[in-house]
Amino acid sequence: MHGEQYFLSAFIYLTAAVIAVPVAKKLGLGSVLGYLLAGMIIGPFVLGLVGKEGQDVMHFAEFGVVMMLFLVGLELKPSLLWSLRGPILGLGGSQVLLTTIVFFGAGLLYFAHWQNSLAIGLIFAMSSTAIVLQSLSEKNLTHTVAGKNAFAVLLFQDIAVIPILVVLPLLAVVSNTETSSHDSHGPAFLDNLPDWAQPFVVLAVIALIVVVALYLSRPIFRVIARTRMRELFTAISLLVVIGIALLMTKVGLSPALGTFLAGVVLANSEYRHELESDIEPFKGLLLGVFFISVGASINFELIIQDPIRIFSLVVALIFIKMIVLFILGRIFKMNIDHNLLFTFSLAQGGEFAFVLFSFANQNGVIEKTVSEPLVAAVALSMAMAPLLMTFNEKLLLPRIGTKEKTEPEADAIDEENPVIVAGFGRFGSIVGRLLMANGVRATFLDQDADHVEILRKLGFTVFYGDASRPDLLESAGASKAKILIIAIDDTEKITQIIEYCQKNFPDLKIFARARGRTEAYDLVNIGIQNVYRETFDTAVRMGSDVLHALGFRAHFARNAGSLFKRHDEKYLQKLAALRHDNKNYMNVVRQSRDDLDSLLSREIHEVNDLEDHNWDVEALRKPVDEEH
Amino acid sequence: MENASEVLLLFAHPAFQKSRVNRALLQAAGQIPGIYIHDLYELYPDMLIDVQAEQSLLSRYSRIVWQHPFYWYSAPALLKQWFDLVLQHGWAYGHSGNALAGKKVMHVLTAGGPQTSYSREGGNRYSIPELTLPFRQTAALCQMEYLEPYVVYGAHKLNREEMTDKTNQYRLVLEEFQSTGAYNSAQSKMNEAGENNAR
Repeated sequence: MHGEQYFLSAFIYLTAAVIAVPVAKKLGLGSVLGYLLAGMIIGPFVLGLVGKEGQDVMHFAEFGVVMMLFLVGLELKPSLLWSLRGPILGLGGSQVLLTTIVFFGAGLLYFAHWQNSLAIGLIFAMSSTAIVLQSLSEKNLTHTVAGKNAFAVLLFQDIAVIPILVVLPLLAVVSNTETSSHDSHGPAFLDNLPDWAQPFVVLAVIALIVVVALYLSRPIFRVIARTRMRELFTAISLLVVIGIALLMTKVGLSPALGTFLAGVVLANSEYRHELESDIEPFKGLLLGVFFISVGASINFELIIQDPIRIFSLVVALIFIKMIVLFILGRIFKMNIDHNLLFTFSLAQGGEFAFVLFSFANQNGVIEKTVSEPLVAAVALSMAMAPLLMTFNEKLLLPRIGTKEKTEPEADAIDEENPVIVAGFGRFGSIVGRLLMANGVRATFLDQDADHVEILRKLGFTVFYGDASRPDLLESAGASKAKILIIAIDDTEKITQIIEYCQKNFPDLKIFARARGRTEAYDLVNIGIQNVYRETFDTAVRMGSDVLHALGFRAHFARNAGSLFKRHDEKYLQKLAALRHDNKNYMNVVRQSRDDLDSLLSREIHEVNDLEDHNWDVEALRKPVDEEH
Repeated sequence: MENASEVLLLFAHPAFQKSRVNRALLQAAGQIPGIYIHDLYELYPDMLIDVQAEQSLLSRYSRIVWQHPFYWYSAPALLKQWFDLVLQHGWAYGHSGNALAGKKVMHVLTAGGPQTSYSREGGNRYSIPELTLPFRQTAALCQMEYLEPYVVYGAHKLNREEMTDKTNQYRLVLEEFQSTGAYNSAQSKMNEAGENNAR
C-alpha cells in the first residue's frame, strides 16, 4: 500500500471520529455509539469511503482490546482479583454455560447438525468486552456491584475463548479443506509439539510472564526511567504489551488475557501510573478505530436482502441473553437496579464472535452462508448495546430502580487517597511522614527512579512519574483527592501543575512549597493561599533560639519568633499584590531588596510591640496603684 | 457597633476531638442563627492570642458566652490566657477602661461530677457559684453583668437520651439569653433537681 493511501484512510477514520463522537456525546449516547455510527457512515454501504480493508483494520484495532485489558489489570491488584474469584467462576461460568445451552437448544430446531448449534451457542455466549467496559467506565459504573459482576463475566469469557478455540475444530461437519493452515488465532507453534507437552508449554509461558513482571520489570523500568526520556518509557510500555500479545498468540492463548495477567502482576508496581498514562491514549485511539471498523463491517446489503430474518436474529440474540443474565442476576442476589444494569450491559454479541466465526468457517464447522447473517446480527447487536444501556439508564431505571445504583461501592478497585504529594524529596518526605504518622493516607509522586525504589521498600505508596503531566495527576486520583501538596523544585512545572489543577480540579486544595520570597510572591499571585517558603520556618526557629542563647527567656524568645512569622506572612500577601502591579520584571532584584528594606524598617517598630501588655508589670504599676 | 440580637460564644476546649458533651452543646448552639462561635483553641493553637482582633470582636457584641469544661475549678489554660491578655488595663478595666461596660456574660460549664458533689457534703466541698467567684469578679471589674453559671453536671455519665435533653435545654436557654439578655436559671435548676430526685 502506498503511503498516501495510509494517510487517506487515517484521515477518513479520524475525521469520522472527530465529527461523530462529539455529536453522540452531545446527544447523551456515549462515545461507543458515536464511533459505531461513524463506521456505518463511512463504511462500504453508505458513503463507501472505506472498503473491504475494514476487516484488516478491525484485526489491527482489536489490539485496543488487548491494551484495555492490560489497563484493567493494572487497576486490579492480585488480592482484589482473588476476591473476585467467586463472581468470575460462578457468575461467568454459569453465564457461558447457560447461554450456550439455550442457543444450542434453539439451534437444534433450525440446523440439521447439532454441531452447528453448539458452535453457534458457544459463540453467542460471548459479549463485547470493548463496548461494555468502555461504556461502563464512561458512565462511571465500573466500581458498582453490577459493573464488577459484568467485568467478572467478561473475564471468564475471555478465558473461555481458549478452550472454545480448541473445541471448535472437533465440531467440523464438512470435510475441511483449510484445516492444516491455521490462522493466527490457532496454536501455531504448539502444533509441532506432542499433545502431552502443550499444556506444559502454556503454563510455562504464563509462569514466565508472571516471573518477568514480578522480578525483572522493576530493574528494567528503573534503567529506562533514569534516562529521563519520556518517549523511551512510552516505548517500553508499548513493548511490554506487544511482546506479551505476541507470545500469547504464539502459544495459542488470548493476547488480551496475557496482558491482563501482566497488568495484574504490575498493579503493585511504582511504575503503574506511568504505564497507565502511557498506554491510555493508544488504547483509546485503537478502541475508537476498532468500534469504527465494527460499524463499517455491518453488511447492510445482507440486511436489506432479508431484513426480517436478520432483525429477528438480532432480537433473539439480545433477548435470550437478557433473560439468562437476568435470571443469573437474581440467583446471585443482585438488587433490581444492579441486575438491570448487569443485564442490559452484557446483552450483545462480542468481538470474539467475528474471530470465532471465521475460525469456524475455516475449520468447516459452519458454512459461510449460515454464518454471514449471524455475523451481521452480532455486529448489529453490538451497535444496539450502547442504545440499550442508555434506554435502561434513562427510561427504565428511573421508573423501576431504587435510585441506589449511582452510589459507588465502598471497596472500589483503586485506592484513592485524600492527599497527593508531588515530590517525595527532602521536603515532601517530611510532610508525608507527618501525615502518615497521623494515619492520613497519601499518594506520592516522584521523578527519581532510585528514590522511588528505596521508599517503596520502606513501605510508602510512591509512584514514579513527572507530576506535571496531567494524565499522571489524573491517574493518581487528583479528581477525587482533597489536597495536593507540591514539593518539587522546577518552578515552571509547579506553575503548570497549579494552572492545570485550578482549571480541572477546582475543589482540590493546593499547598505549595516555595524556594524563597520571590517564588512565594509568584505563587500567591496565581492564587495559591497556602504557600510555604522552605527555609523560612527553620530560620525563624534558629533566630529565636539565638535570642534564648543570648539570655532572653525561652517563652519570650519563642513568642518573638512566632510573632515575627505571623507578621512576615501578613506582609508576604500584601507585597505580593504590589509586585503584581509592577509589570517590569527587569528590576526584580532591586525590587526584592526594596522589599527587604521596607520589611526591616517596619519590623523594628512593629514586631517588638509584643502583645502582652498585661504581663508588663512596669506599664501596669502606676495605674493599678492609683486604682486600688 | 454593638449588635444586640447577636451573641459571641467564646469556646475553649483543648481536646475537642475527644469531647462528647461540649461537642453536642456546641452543635446545638451552632444551629441558632445569630450566635457566633469563636473557637479559641482552633484559632490560637500556639496560644499566641491576637489581642487587637479579640478586643475589636468583643466590642461588636453586647452578649457574651464563655463555654468550657470546668478544669480544676477553673478554665482551660487558653481561656485563662485570654483573660490575662485581652482584658487589658485601660481598655477593659481601670480608669478609662470602659470597653466592656454593660455587656452581659453567660458562663456555661460542663462538670464531670454530679450536682450533689458540689456541696458542703460532697467531694468538691463548694458550690459552683462559690467556685466561680473569680469569674464573677473578673466580670464585675470590667463592669459586665455576670449571670448565674449554667452547668451541665455529670458530663462523663450522660447517656444518649440525657444528652439530647441537655442539648435541647441548652438551645432554649441560649435563645432566651439571645433575645432577653438573661435566662431563667431557676427553671433549669428545677429540671436538674427533678432529675436528681428521680434517680
